[in-house]
Amino acid sequence: MLDKGMDKEEIFKETGMTVGVQDANFSVRTGEIFVVMGLSGSGKSTLVRMLNRLIEITSGAVFVNGRNVADLNQKELTELRRTQMSMVFQSFALMPHLSVIDNAAFGLALAKVEKTKQQERAMEALEQVGLGAWADSFPHELSGGMQQRVGLARALAVDPQIMLMDEAFSALDPLIRTEMQDQLLSLQEKHKRTIVFISHDLDEAMRIGDRIAIMEGGRIVQVGTPDEILQNPANDYVQAFFRGVDPTSILVAGDIARETQITVIKFPGKGPRAALQRLISHDREFGYVLDKSKRFLGVVSTDSLKEMITNNTKIDDFSDAFLENVTPVNADDSMQDILDEVVTRPWPVPVLNEEKQYVGVISKNIFLRTLQQNTTN
Amino acid sequence: MSWYTFEERVIPLDDWIQFGVDWLVENHRDFFQFIKYPVEQSVDGISWLLIFMNPWLIILTFAVLTWKFAGRITTFFTIFTFILIGLLGLWEDTMTTLSMVLVSVLFCAIVGIPLGIASGRRDRFDTFLRPILDTMQTTPAFVYLIPVVMLFSIGTVSGVIATIVFAMPPIVRLTNLGIRQVHPELVEAGEAFGATPLQVLIRVQIPQAWPSIMAGLNQTIMMALSMVVIAALIGAGGLGTPVFQGLNNLNIGLATIGGLGIVLLAMVLDRITQGMGK
Repeated sequence: MLDKGMDKEEIFKETGMTVGVQDANFSVRTGEIFVVMGLSGSGKSTLVRMLNRLIEITSGAVFVNGRNVADLNQKELTELRRTQMSMVFQSFALMPHLSVIDNAAFGLALAKVEKTKQQERAMEALEQVGLGAWADSFPHELSGGMQQRVGLARALAVDPQIMLMDEAFSALDPLIRTEMQDQLLSLQEKHKRTIVFISHDLDEAMRIGDRIAIMEGGRIVQVGTPDEILQNPANDYVQAFFRGVDPTSILVAGDIARETQITVIKFPGKGPRAALQRLISHDREFGYVLDKSKRFLGVVSTDSLKEMITNNTKIDDFSDAFLENVTPVNADDSMQDILDEVVTRPWPVPVLNEEKQYVGVISKNIFLRTLQQNTTN
Repeated sequence: MSWYTFEERVIPLDDWIQFGVDWLVENHRDFFQFIKYPVEQSVDGISWLLIFMNPWLIILTFAVLTWKFAGRITTFFTIFTFILIGLLGLWEDTMTTLSMVLVSVLFCAIVGIPLGIASGRRDRFDTFLRPILDTMQTTPAFVYLIPVVMLFSIGTVSGVIATIVFAMPPIVRLTNLGIRQVHPELVEAGEAFGATPLQVLIRVQIPQAWPSIMAGLNQTIMMALSMVVIAALIGAGGLGTPVFQGLNNLNIGLATIGGLGIVLLAMVLDRITQGMGK
């Protein structure tokens, strides 16, 4: 019916059935965390269930390693689910009658792996999520976060290439959620799996996603890296996501630092007079001193340079003119982290990357404008 | 006189049924004897075993079962109950009743649990089965007592068959309920990890439904015990006999101890099966 050009509402009127997912074309790269984001009812849970055919695919195709999942027979599908693709659920979906280790071994038991081997691999998975000591407990004895670790261990135990995570951390409180995200990232560092992660939480998507797909009304409206989507939202729907989202928790110092604002004085070579001259001609009060490889050395002001010249220091060194209390911030510090520094210092705060190289500065102006942009649009 | 005054019978259903049962008895007695055979063999076997076994061995067996499933205080109660039954002179009747109950409950479970699972998994089967269960549960036992006797002749087996008809619905219904109450996400999780439909049933649905199935078994046992007196009317023997005889001779004392035996046995079996569901 979609092929005939009818839209979702028309089909619903005629048949009473809802189109769950349509026009969802995307590819997930091996070893990446691909986050599918959308509001509830946007079809993301349906989408992820089509990947392992918990929900039948009525038209279209899902390719895993070149094989179309939609064409698999029941036996091949079972095999795929047992060995290549496992799943973590929002509600944890642990078996209440099984101990933690038996829950972790659940997929292996279904695949009829030998009993001792099952226990061994389940234990390994439990240790990866830090629950080795809880193997003989039962799910109801664990906290929500721990239960979801068991869910994660169950998915890891079958050693899948692909993990589907359906709002896996949404039922957890924010602190535990962050902790679980970190755990997932560190697991990913040790052993890269391809993860399709469903979320309605933008912060989460930004935090763990290598790439993000945004869904609306069963369609994928945009796919891109977090930065791409943030800086270039495809339409109002995507942009609406960022409304109400606290920019200070998503944007890091590196995102908002500007290099063009302030004159940079290379060191050594030219002396303080030349430096002062440049500051005055560009109508700037502060100058940022770097070495040849752009490493940050310190901040000078027109006043401190004048003083240095008056004292007639002969040395070709700016160190006498450096202002005190200059604390550069790191490019990956969040806006929240740097707030204090930006507000209390008269000079725009310098931002450095991991190699201590100068990236740019953040002035009070830029900082406030970023806040404003994200709250009013 | 017309049909719509409702003053006389227009549809002679009673005659048809009479005719139908007579026809069954005349032409298909072999078939009913064939059904009777396994029931008869198991009732005879079990009651022979219970009656000729040393009573103290039986008390010990029940004590161990109660200990395992229901705890210490109930164990004392069980031992006390069986000794009291023995001292009241009800031992043999109680063992007959116990064997009838065990056999009918066994058949109820063998037939009822699969029916319950099937109706829990298939709505259409549930719709089909429900009126049949309603009929089994609400039809007064006296209505089917005579045809049962005509088809299976008088005695313990008829009693057991009448009991099976009456006692089966709870285990079917509660198994059905138990299967339906399994969280769909657990079934989904099973499927997501590559469970076949049979694995979903064995590894997810039945373990989750277990307490409910046990509650059904418990109710089936209680229903079976409540049929004991009615079964005695068709010569089934057991604890119903003193009650029945007491009523006939206005011997209140005899009727009361028969009733007491039934109640005590019911309590012991109830405690044990309730413990199994936990």
